[in-house]
Amino acid sequence: MPIHKAEHHPLDAYLRTERLPHVWCPGCGLGIALGAYLRALQNVGFDPQETVMVSGIGCSGRAAGYVKMDSFHTTHGRAIPFAVGLKAARPELNVTVFSGDGDLFSIGGNHILHAARRNVNITVLAINNYVYGMTGGQLAPTTPESSITTTSPYGNIESPFNIAGLMAVAGASYVARWTTVHERRLQKSIEKALTKRGFSIVEIMSPCPTTFGRRNNMRGIVDSMMYYKKYSVIKEHPNPLDGVIKPGEKFIVGEFMDAPDEPTFEDKLEELKNKEFLKTSQADRTTWILEHRRHLETLAKIIGGEQ
Amino acid sequence: MSNEILEGEYFLSGDAAAAEGAVAAGCKVFAGYPITPSSEVAEKLARRLPQVGGVFIQMEDELGSIAAILGASWGGKKSMTATSGPGFSLMMENYGLGMMTETPTVIVNVQRGGPSTGLPTLLGQGEFMQAKFGSHGVFEAIALAPESPQECFDFTIKAFNLAEKYRQPVVVLMDESTGHLFEKVRIPPEDEIEIINRKKPKEVPYPPFMPDDDLIPPMPIVGEGHQIHATGLTHDEYGRPTITAEAQEKYVKRLVEKIRKHADEIMDYEEVMTDDADVIVVAYGITARSARRAIIQAREKGIKAGLIRLKVVWPFPDKILQKYADKKFVVAEVNQGQALIMVERAIRKSATFVGKMGGEPHRPEEILKGIEEAYNANS
Repeated sequence: MPIHKAEHHPLDAYLRTERLPHVWCPGCGLGIALGAYLRALQNVGFDPQETVMVSGIGCSGRAAGYVKMDSFHTTHGRAIPFAVGLKAARPELNVTVFSGDGDLFSIGGNHILHAARRNVNITVLAINNYVYGMTGGQLAPTTPESSITTTSPYGNIESPFNIAGLMAVAGASYVARWTTVHERRLQKSIEKALTKRGFSIVEIMSPCPTTFGRRNNMRGIVDSMMYYKKYSVIKEHPNPLDGVIKPGEKFIVGEFMDAPDEPTFEDKLEELKNKEFLKTSQADRTTWILEHRRHLETLAKIIGGEQ
Repeated sequence: MSNEILEGEYFLSGDAAAAEGAVAAGCKVFAGYPITPSSEVAEKLARRLPQVGGVFIQMEDELGSIAAILGASWGGKKSMTATSGPGFSLMMENYGLGMMTETPTVIVNVQRGGPSTGLPTLLGQGEFMQAKFGSHGVFEAIALAPESPQECFDFTIKAFNLAEKYRQPVVVLMDESTGHLFEKVRIPPEDEIEIINRKKPKEVPYPPFMPDDDLIPPMPIVGEGHQIHATGLTHDEYGRPTITAEAQEKYVKRLVEKIRKHADEIMDYEEVMTDDADVIVVAYGITARSARRAIIQAREKGIKAGLIRLKVVWPFPDKILQKYADKKFVVAEVNQGQALIMVERAIRKSATFVGKMGGEPHRPEEILKGIEEAYNANS
């Protein structure tokens, strides 16, 4: 059968096509996740010139190198604080962090909690493939209990994070979870996350047949997709605390949190800059200097021998 | 009078002066984490930055602080963090990202005694080498060591200028004694302060790592249509990851060369009574103040002593020391011999070392003893 090769892809305008083919393995879900993001971007009508992707380290981290917009491939775990600084400098930009579960919830775990707490107006796409793929399939903070990885050869004895619950408690404005089987719902959810004011996160469950699937009875990509199809349950307004994933048990996908709009971190920074009292009088601003001046004058008197 | 430059004479601590220097230099984003003895820098900027349209963020840790200031710099704003030993160690990872992505920013390190938690409230000078070699891989550092609150102000401005000019992170290597020292600081009028801003690309899109003849690339910023890609991976002029020995050789070599080529312009030092000196003391930061006294005491005793004070400690001024290679050398610093290694390397012989573990500055007499020892030694 002849293979038909398309001349153009509908998302070419958003891709650095000269960088393709990408580094991701056959069967990897990252292409679906990136596709959903770019289509969502197109649909919400964001100007690519004012849109920035920041990523960390790992397979997902390489996404930043393929998008035709300002993009940063930072260090392991530090995509979020990099984005926080960028957003503080330029609040008008649309900033998306595209990174993996290990990057965001293990080495970068502290940063994501605080970005959610501050309600920084960024969108996080958290690719959860249960494993450290780039380094060969080690245990991740999301690996389900008893799963086999290269560093849990006898089965994982740890409990994974419930990302939805964690993010909701930390203060995120929007929290959703979909798998790469739910491509259309995923895309709609990303659109919502992009336009949501405040910290939004979409957890994207994405297969890694190469380093996770083959050690856990999901050798073929179809096995992984069937697992998502068979075990996921779509729920309306699920409780974030029910977002736990256990092996062999059904798990919830959907919108765990869609909070009413609250002022974002950037809003509050702007508000502070515009406070009138900062502009009124020089004396207000320099109270500390005057205090020290008095101290200096007193010292001068003492040194000068005046009583 | 502008809000940024509060012209006048003030009684300020070194920490406060560094903060005012940052504002005067045009810093608009500070991200930091509280740590003694540098917290006063953050406290001052928390007050000052909103007054000048800037942003102060107290981050969750130092790893986040330095990541945030790199992000802010790509957003086109001058940015800074301030920390001390333990925080400086945590920042080493993204200090390297700043080098690899050629991102201008300033790190103030108010050194305290170490290792580890060490002496949070007391002096140390243990990060002389860390500023140059603390992050993995190969790069040339720029670090300045002020000896007074006035220099904390002046050198912070200079650090911003060097960062902007050479497109890389610059360290202000303060120390606890200078940071907590209160002295008169003169903030000059705006027209007396030299401000250097990063080179802007003349075309859009401009490859983010395409150098000019001076080896320094103009810096595109986010949101102007450059389609920037910056990565910590070895990359080409376009920022595209290029994982080959050839690309590494080309890129990292340029990173090193862009500083080495301009080392003479960056180097800054002060010579005190070196003309006729038989013994030269090398010192920086607070230690240089004790050394000033010590060389006078030595001269009172008939030993012609002089001082070379390093204002810029990296790049290290090999050439300057080599001019005096036939003299006897004394190195004084609050550690167990870091600048010492560089001095001995430059003069190709041993120097007399006057070290201290930390906690307090040298007494001039301690350095005087070193001068006498060097003077009396056979060579």
